[in-house]
Amino acid sequence: MSWTAIAVMTAGAYGFKVFGVFALARIGDRSAATFQSLTALIPAALFAALVAVQTLEAGGALQIDARLAGVAAGALAVLRRMPFVVVVLVAMAVTGAIRWQTLG
Amino acid sequence: MPAHRREGLVLAVAVGIVAATFGVLADAAGLSIPQVMVMSALMFTGASQFAAVSVIDAGGTGYTAVGSALLLAARNALYGPVVASLFGRSTAMRAVGSQFVIDETTAMAAMQNEDDIAADAFWWTAIWLWTLWNVGSVGGALLGSVIGDPEAWGLDAAFPAAFVALLAPHLRTRPGRVTAIGGGALAIAAVPIAPAGVPLLVASLAVLPGWLVHRRAL
Repeated sequence: MSWTAIAVMTAGAYGFKVFGVFALARIGDRSAATFQSLTALIPAALFAALVAVQTLEAGGALQIDARLAGVAAGALAVLRRMPFVVVVLVAMAVTGAIRWQTLG
Repeated sequence: MPAHRREGLVLAVAVGIVAATFGVLADAAGLSIPQVMVMSALMFTGASQFAAVSVIDAGGTGYTAVGSALLLAARNALYGPVVASLFGRSTAMRAVGSQFVIDETTAMAAMQNEDDIAADAFWWTAIWLWTLWNVGSVGGALLGSVIGDPEAWGLDAAFPAAFVALLAPHLRTRPGRVTAIGGGALAIAAVPIAPAGVPLLVASLAVLPGWLVHRRAL
């Protein structure tokens, strides 16, 4: 990858972050109550989307594979109020074990 | 150590493991160690970094790599309004804070009930995460051949599982649940028809049904 590409991506990534903190956040100064209840819901929307995409997306299409079983096991650990490390390790172990099984 | 700082550290350790995966992939895609270091230190937004090196690894052009990386980075703008109040009024603080506005820091801040604890959680998560993200990336790039295929270890399940845990507190309220279900459904619907990154932006529209539920409850 060229250094130019890295420079453009770095500048762009920071640009989006700054735009959010300085410009998008300012809209809230005008219509505080509505804006606050909308932004308070952004993490719920985006984190659910991250979970869905990272679990089911492969090469631009939907695909059910060992990740789904691992993440489901992780979700079960969350329901059982297991510590964060356990959640992550359970998901990795289940996914890794299924791949190991199917690859022989 | 206060609970929210400890939780930030634990999250950063898990993310550090994911960073090693990035390092392995970047090395396989032909990036030099300085390039890996600059990306992790300055670009500092994991999904975009993964997208960029995956495109290059698959033989794609630099333009495609930059395009998908930026589409994935765009969602960080949506986190701005969630965390901006934690930086106070100082422009310098907000400019520095902006660099660390990503999924994980927003998640740790949004989980707290009080503003000063939320700010502390944001900054400590940022410090732990930035450090371990960089250590993990370089470690992965150096030890790529030893680690082998990160997917054989189930590493690609670590990130979504971590975000199930980070999503959980937002599911306690009905508007939160409605928003999460809507966001997940919109993202899944968008995956087959939109380029990487766009499904996450589309998912943000789910705050509208969530907000309607919230208003009806008032």
